[in-house]
Amino acid sequence: MQYNQQEYQKYLEKKSPNSPLLKNVLFAFVIGGAICTIGQAVTDFYQTIAGLEESTARTAASITMIFFGALLTGMDVYCKIGKYAGAGTLVPITGFANSIVSPAMEFKKEGLVLGLASKMFVIAGPVLVYGITASVGVGIIYYIIRFIGG
Amino acid sequence: MQYVNAFWVGGLICAIAQVLIDKTKLTPARILVLFVVTGTVLGGLGLYDPLVRFAGAGASIPIVGFGNVLAQGVIKGVQEHGILGILTGGAEAAAGGITASIVFGFLAALIFKPKVKS
Repeated sequence: MQYNQQEYQKYLEKKSPNSPLLKNVLFAFVIGGAICTIGQAVTDFYQTIAGLEESTARTAASITMIFFGALLTGMDVYCKIGKYAGAGTLVPITGFANSIVSPAMEFKKEGLVLGLASKMFVIAGPVLVYGITASVGVGIIYYIIRFIGG
Repeated sequence: MQYVNAFWVGGLICAIAQVLIDKTKLTPARILVLFVVTGTVLGGLGLYDPLVRFAGAGASIPIVGFGNVLAQGVIKGVQEHGILGILTGGAEAAAGGITASIVFGFLAALIFKPKVKS
């Protein structure tokens, strides 16, 4: 359960003293790289077979990867890979889907509103808060530069 | 060649995150926040799109690429709608990913039962 913070910390403390950094990094590299390579194949599929333009194909590929991230988390496959992959399954967009489904499933028993639906955003919430706020910051700076530049 | 670049660039971004997890004990949530903000800043500076052109999904699939989408969206928003674009551009560009995450995430959590922890 890499997304429950307390459990993850406990897991880290238990494993840290003798978990070889090199092995963890190698697993993260290979599995993360593999997920991105699949993402590339999906992007190419949308571009060449479905005939979408490049940026649309990228969006469609991200959505597809999110779908499979959510599905594989539900089927308890994603967390099993994650035990070996660490950041390799965390950082790709599939990991974002995993971070939504994993706590939502776990807290489903506490109800569909304050359990499932609210826990969906335990990790996704902060990502959106800081991501969108940062984008507004970029927008303000860009607007000012454009204004000064005429 | 695009596949090779997607593999090693995507893998490298994940490897950096793994080093941060092992060496700094940053929680996964903080890593994701750090990476999405990094992507937004790099995207705003115009530094991330060249990487996407070079590595394709190796740069767009990691969460850093989501930050880049937000930044590119807000820049496009300002170009097209002026000051209002500051607020609409980012979420507009990321709308597909955000809505997909919410809907697929909701349905998956609804349909599947949590497994007993081993």
